[in-house]
Amino acid sequence: MSVSGVPRHWRSLRERYRLLGTYCENCKTSFFPPRKICPKCRRKGRTREVEFSGRGRVFSYTVIHVGSKTFEEYTPYIIGLIELQEGPRVLSQIVDCKPEDVHIGMMVEACFRKLFEQEDGGIISYGFKFRPVDDSWAEYYDRLLADRAMVEKT
Amino acid sequence: MRVGIVGYGVYVPRLRIRVEEIAKVWGHDARSYREGLGIEEKSVPSLDEDTATIAVEAARNAMRRAPEVKPSEVGALFVGSESHPYVVKPTAATVAEALGLTPSLTAADTEFACKAATTAVQACLGMVKAGYIKYGISIGADTAQGAPRDALEYTAAAGGAAYVVGAGEGVVAEVEATYSYTQDVPDFWRRDGASYPKHAGRFTGEPAYFEHVISCTRGLLEKTGTTPKDYDYVVFHQPNSKFPLKAAKELGFDEKKLQPGLLVNRLGNTYSGSSLIGLAAVLDVARPGERILLTSYGSGAGSDSFSIRVTEAIDSKRKLAPPVMYYLEKREYIDYSTYAKCRRLFKER
Repeated sequence: MSVSGVPRHWRSLRERYRLLGTYCENCKTSFFPPRKICPKCRRKGRTREVEFSGRGRVFSYTVIHVGSKTFEEYTPYIIGLIELQEGPRVLSQIVDCKPEDVHIGMMVEACFRKLFEQEDGGIISYGFKFRPVDDSWAEYYDRLLADRAMVEKT
Repeated sequence: MRVGIVGYGVYVPRLRIRVEEIAKVWGHDARSYREGLGIEEKSVPSLDEDTATIAVEAARNAMRRAPEVKPSEVGALFVGSESHPYVVKPTAATVAEALGLTPSLTAADTEFACKAATTAVQACLGMVKAGYIKYGISIGADTAQGAPRDALEYTAAAGGAAYVVGAGEGVVAEVEATYSYTQDVPDFWRRDGASYPKHAGRFTGEPAYFEHVISCTRGLLEKTGTTPKDYDYVVFHQPNSKFPLKAAKELGFDEKKLQPGLLVNRLGNTYSGSSLIGLAAVLDVARPGERILLTSYGSGAGSDSFSIRVTEAIDSKRKLAPPVMYYLEKREYIDYSTYAKCRRLFKER
């Protein structure tokens, strides 16, 4: 993307930052990327903006070993087709995960990362990528409080 | 009306490099750095992480801990850092957009070496108290620079902390008082266009860090009529393990009060995130009624001190987002060449 890519970067920035899509009240279907009209209901559609939860699972994936110039420093990296909880499928890089650990059905969540940088001091594009879900942090509180009780005893 | 922290959150990238790995490359004695600086490893940003992405992740965690806050009620957002991705184009606007807070708010990037974000906390407290805004967010985040081979390379780390400031029942930690101390001191600087900061070696200690951290903390104690005995925890800016330990000793704080918020040995120095991640680690374990004294330090030079009292709201809110300990333990070690790639030390042309 050159400087001429700046308008395109700007137009899709909110949906990339927040994973915004479209929900149709008529057919109860969610879409990503956002749609102006519902592709199913057409003129009967009643669409509104929706912010997706960011949770989903890997529907399919591939590992890129030879990347294009913009992404070659990331190789080998994972590109996943993520099925969001709300239904739509989203193409995204999967990060914080080794190529040998990714698998179909793996639970993932959206995170905020740098997507790419334009050359020669151009704009930086940010947006969502996905990482494996890890809810183990909740258990750390039990440990922290147990540690604390130990310290207080001594 | 209670004014203070209604939500807090941190983020630390998962990559780590050990002191031994850096020392091996430069032929340094790893033990002297390990023992001299009191540091074992430091966090490293991935290729796709920078101050903006770290700030967003930390702020999202802070908002999870403040479920009562509607995005439209946040009237100000500040990002304090010395590694903003752009020289001109605010990180704060990107973060506000990613959190869905736009367009009705004020936002800015602040800069005062490692204390840029504690100053922004003061700004938020002031605006909330004056009734200009309902909630304000202050974030300290950095992908700290340290020149290869320099002593700073062993500590310059990546991470951030975000604080939602507000008033009322949702306050988890009331800010009882704040005091600041500022002088022009040439201890550490980075000129426009320079990749790495310069520092005045031993000069960074006595006339810089200790003069400001100790004088500022004493100023706060005097202003509030309190003594070190009145506080259950103390958190200082932590460029290494030795400086905060020495400052605590000189001020008469028991070392045990410093330990829960002293993370530099496993995290490194996250610059603008340093003291605020330390405070978050204390909030992860503190009990209602306990008091915390926080003093930041920014080269150039200045300190901000805060007297903070934990409220009953902490028990229900802290478990809404990951604790600091989780981020310290969820890590992946890399070698120096991967580190060099992540920090873009290789010149391609």
